[in-house]
Amino acid sequence: MANGILILAERQRDDLADITFELLGAGRALADTLKVPMRVALLGGEAEPLASRLGLADEVLLVPHPQLSVPAPETVAAALKALMEERPADLVLLGVTNASLGVGSFLSLRTGLPYISYCRGIRVEDGALVLTSQLFGGKIFSDVRFPDGRGVAGVYSGSYPADAGRSDRTPTVTKLDLQVTAPAVTFERFIEPPAGDVDITKQAILVSVGRGIQTRDNIEMAEQLAQALGGAVSGSRPVIDQGWLPLTRQVGKSGVSVKPRLYLALGISGAPEHQEGMKDAPLIVAVNTDPSAPIFDVAHYGTTTDLFDLFGPLMAAIEQRKAAR
Amino acid sequence: MNLFVLLKTVPDTVEELTVAADEKSLDAEWLRLKLGDSDEHAVEQALLLKEKHGGQVTVVALDAPEIDDALFTALAKGADRAVKLVGELGELGSLAAARLFADFLRGGGGTLAADSLILLRGQSIDDLEGEIGPFVAGQLGLPYVGVVVAVALEGGTMAVTKEFAGGLRGEFRLPLPAVLGIQAAEKPPRYVPIAKVRAVAKTAAIEIVDVTVPQPASRLAVERMYRPEVANRAQMFEGSPEGVAAQIVDLLAKQSLI
Repeated sequence: MANGILILAERQRDDLADITFELLGAGRALADTLKVPMRVALLGGEAEPLASRLGLADEVLLVPHPQLSVPAPETVAAALKALMEERPADLVLLGVTNASLGVGSFLSLRTGLPYISYCRGIRVEDGALVLTSQLFGGKIFSDVRFPDGRGVAGVYSGSYPADAGRSDRTPTVTKLDLQVTAPAVTFERFIEPPAGDVDITKQAILVSVGRGIQTRDNIEMAEQLAQALGGAVSGSRPVIDQGWLPLTRQVGKSGVSVKPRLYLALGISGAPEHQEGMKDAPLIVAVNTDPSAPIFDVAHYGTTTDLFDLFGPLMAAIEQRKAAR
Repeated sequence: MNLFVLLKTVPDTVEELTVAADEKSLDAEWLRLKLGDSDEHAVEQALLLKEKHGGQVTVVALDAPEIDDALFTALAKGADRAVKLVGELGELGSLAAARLFADFLRGGGGTLAADSLILLRGQSIDDLEGEIGPFVAGQLGLPYVGVVVAVALEGGTMAVTKEFAGGLRGEFRLPLPAVLGIQAAEKPPRYVPIAKVRAVAKTAAIEIVDVTVPQPASRLAVERMYRPEVANRAQMFEGSPEGVAAQIVDLLAKQSLI
């Protein structure tokens, strides 16, 4: 790999998203091993104040164009391609996040470079990059190489520590005045998350339900458990999409990240998108009949007992213990 | 409206997934295939748009095991036309698959009607090569938004809602025709009884379109496929439900959670 590494900084409102620092840390280590420069693309109006936080980069490529503030993926891809004409890159790193989804595919289409998505790790073997992609809801890993050593990689949030990407160093910032053609897709406004419901990020105990809860009526079981334990009910994507719980209760990539003292996961498979929102809880207990469910990779304790068989005895045991206090 | 939904079946991850002896693929013998969740939502969103604005829903899929079931189910739910692209498909990457869909949508070199809207999954659990939506949009030269959870049609343009993180959403505007990657429909996917699907399968026909796979079919070769080796997997509670319940409660009591 002769050319450098280019990282797409991801913005979150007026801030930088954590994935940016995860990518910086990962990219720095790769760049040092391969002895190539690492650059960061920082795009959008009002982006300039954020540049000073990207000290791990050899160069920050700042494109403060307002069209790039909350852009469609194709617009970002076009800007990255233009940057790569100024500063060639053999590896582009970006996040597998809602904000950046699509950028990798469009960049691949525009540059002809292959894109590897869902990466959990990137390492150097005999001078070549080997990427580990986590497929099938977290159940299978695939090791893949770019056919000619160059490509675009999408990295899952939480794959690298964000702290390794932070630095007090002042980076070299180069402001570039790229031509950005008026995109067909325009950003209109942000829609804030609904307020008024229980704030699950502030609960000490969460009883969280997934697809395994099977029906809307069964949510009641989780409510009873949460009530007995003095917590609240949250859920994973399939339960929210079915309309069984409001959007405010969604844990994971599209929902919120939670860190309760106890996260009791009922019938949650634990796809990477869900793990992203709960893996840092200090005590995770998972109930799932599938012994290979990825939730057991992050849970501290687990059981494959059917949750419907467990519910009655668990309620009884909790009540008994509370009565004995 | 001319609504197209591009569908794909994926392995059901509720089932045990076994890596084949070549360590490069999944063992097909044990795979149970089903439509992906966001494929189901893409069908639902198309049906909701048809109900509101009129038009026709065409579901399109590449030939694969269980795909006929998925297409007949979409017809039973209210889709008007089902098309299956058939050929020497083998292991197709996202880009090659997108080319086949784009060729079909262009109708062999033609252009899409002005009121066309193509809906498809936002991402798929086996998208090693990237999400297919941007590839389809790029091939057709159409605008694309992904992670979409709501679509409002206003004259010749659309306002679509995209999910960001932490419950934050953003509204984007784009013209038709366009490609949308659907994360979730505005309503949960409708249920259709299996008897109705069987009835539709007897009376309706799936149109077959022969396709030639573009080369390379895939740009990436998996070197090794394996199950994650996790250092700190959960400590498992075994025994009767009563026994497991007692162990969980002991644990919670020890941590002063009860």
